[in-house]
Amino acid sequence: MFSVGKALYHFVSYIGELAILFSQTLYWAVVPPMKGERILTQAKRVGPESFFIAALIAFFIGMIMALQMANQMVKLSAEIYIPSVVAISLTRELAPVLTSLIVAGRIGAGITAEIGTMTVTEQVDALKVFAVNPVKYLVVPRFLALTVMLPLLTIFADLIGMLGGFVICIYKLGISPALYMTMILESLTVKDVMTGLIKTICFGAIIALVGCQQGLNVKAGAEGVGKATTMSVVLSFIFIIIADCLFTTMFYFIFQI
Amino acid sequence: MIEINGLHKAFDKNIILSNLSLTVEEGKTTVIIGRSGAGKSVLLKCIVGLLTPDAGSIKINGQEVTQLNEKEYNKIRKDIGLVFQGGALFDSLNVEENVAFVLNEFMKLDKEVIRKKVKDSLALVGLKDIEKMMPAQLSGGMKKRVSLARILCMEPRIILYDEPTTGVDPITADAINNLIVDLSRKLKVTSIVVTHDMASAYKVGDSIAMFYHGQIIAQGSPDEVRVTKHPVVKQFIHGEARGPITDGEHLVFGHTK
Ligand SMILES: Nc1ncnc2c1ncn2[C@@H]1O[C@H](COP(=O)(O)OP(=O)(O)OP(=O)(O)O)[C@@H](O)[C@H]1O
Ligand SMILES: [Mg+2]
Repeated sequence: MFSVGKALYHFVSYIGELAILFSQTLYWAVVPPMKGERILTQAKRVGPESFFIAALIAFFIGMIMALQMANQMVKLSAEIYIPSVVAISLTRELAPVLTSLIVAGRIGAGITAEIGTMTVTEQVDALKVFAVNPVKYLVVPRFLALTVMLPLLTIFADLIGMLGGFVICIYKLGISPALYMTMILESLTVKDVMTGLIKTICFGAIIALVGCQQGLNVKAGAEGVGKATTMSVVLSFIFIIIADCLFTTMFYFIFQI
Repeated sequence: MIEINGLHKAFDKNIILSNLSLTVEEGKTTVIIGRSGAGKSVLLKCIVGLLTPDAGSIKINGQEVTQLNEKEYNKIRKDIGLVFQGGALFDSLNVEENVAFVLNEFMKLDKEVIRKKVKDSLALVGLKDIEKMMPAQLSGGMKKRVSLARILCMEPRIILYDEPTTGVDPITADAINNLIVDLSRKLKVTSIVVTHDMASAYKVGDSIAMFYHGQIIAQGSPDEVRVTKHPVVKQFIHGEARGPITDGEHLVFGHTK
């Protein structure tokens, strides 16, 4: 029987588990020895491999936004503001969230599948018997790689999204390239970009923690790995959207930025 | 020396170990035989602390280990090697990195020294020139031997073998038996060997213990076991489908009793 209380209980206890993993990750991140090459290996997986798809989506989103607004704004003769709107919504909201969702789907799922397989084939047990902490060996490098690479990817997505808007504004709306640049530079503030990037650090942490937590807790065989991988993506999506909502509320109403 | 007293372990209502006691003298080899699914691997995992027993005591070299925290246990684990039933090789690392895992992780050794050690360990299990291969490219028996080499490389004082000769050809199996005997005689390694292979049991064991219904029900030297009158042990070592072990089971294939 479905019960709201039970579901809520599971949800809260899951957040508790993530919080425990988070604190262990922070602890093991500062305990020597540090192995830089492990972080680099993971960073290479996150960055270059997701760059193309993130860029592609950002480019089209930039174009789509400009197109959508074109209709309305032209009626009001306000098409000159399109570059500003594109730039602000991209940097504050769309580029961070979409890039994070893409990375959650690609990298988060990959992390769960890999660590999940290691769990069911006793490789994680083997680590423990060799006196190597699985959080330090598996979670910390992925956590650091994601929290660093996701903001970087987002910066690229910001730029490429604006390029998408640029294409439409120049070729469809007849705004000159110089004007496009001026409008963006005049309206876009450092705050817009920074709030977007701060969010992605948190989203990166969510993807890494959920991905690793699901992988480390796989119970039964290949089927378990499959289920955990799906769960990992679904939960990352949910947590990212909830976190985004909280961040936006916080930025607008509390800090008023 | 390993002393186990009154060990209990259950998964929910499924009782695996109940009041199990076993002593392995320093430098001696005890073979544990018992049916598939009886709980032999669970026993080994309790010894290395991968599973926490519900009750009872395990002393390794005089130290009680069941209450130790992770950090204290790790000190003891550096002296124990567990050869996993399924090998548990790290599949993202090649053979050389697998075998040298503990050296790379905990010791600052020269690359050449490590390469030499890896080569020697692999030679001990009858393998060569496979350093650059990935675990996925190895046969089942090769994986098993590489995982044995990985343990040899860390030169532990205690080695727990989980079915070391299962899945390898009889000639290699005999070589592995000789290796186990050598390690025990020459290096005074204390060992527990879990096996179904009676030829191996007779050859490597200073003592053979029969695991049945969560306990060690009989123990003796290979010569004593060979001529035992104990009905359960007798049925097991002669591999008969009919007998006290299978009473009440419909194990006579094709016929229900
Ligand atoms: N983590 C676990 N959770 C729940 N049950 C478990 C777990 N590990 C083992 N078991 C159960 O414990 C029992 C004993 O398993 P174990 O792997 O120790 O058998 P075994 O004696 O090593 O058999 P085999 O010779 O086939 O390897 C099995 O019934 C298994 O279902
Ligand atoms: Mg087993």
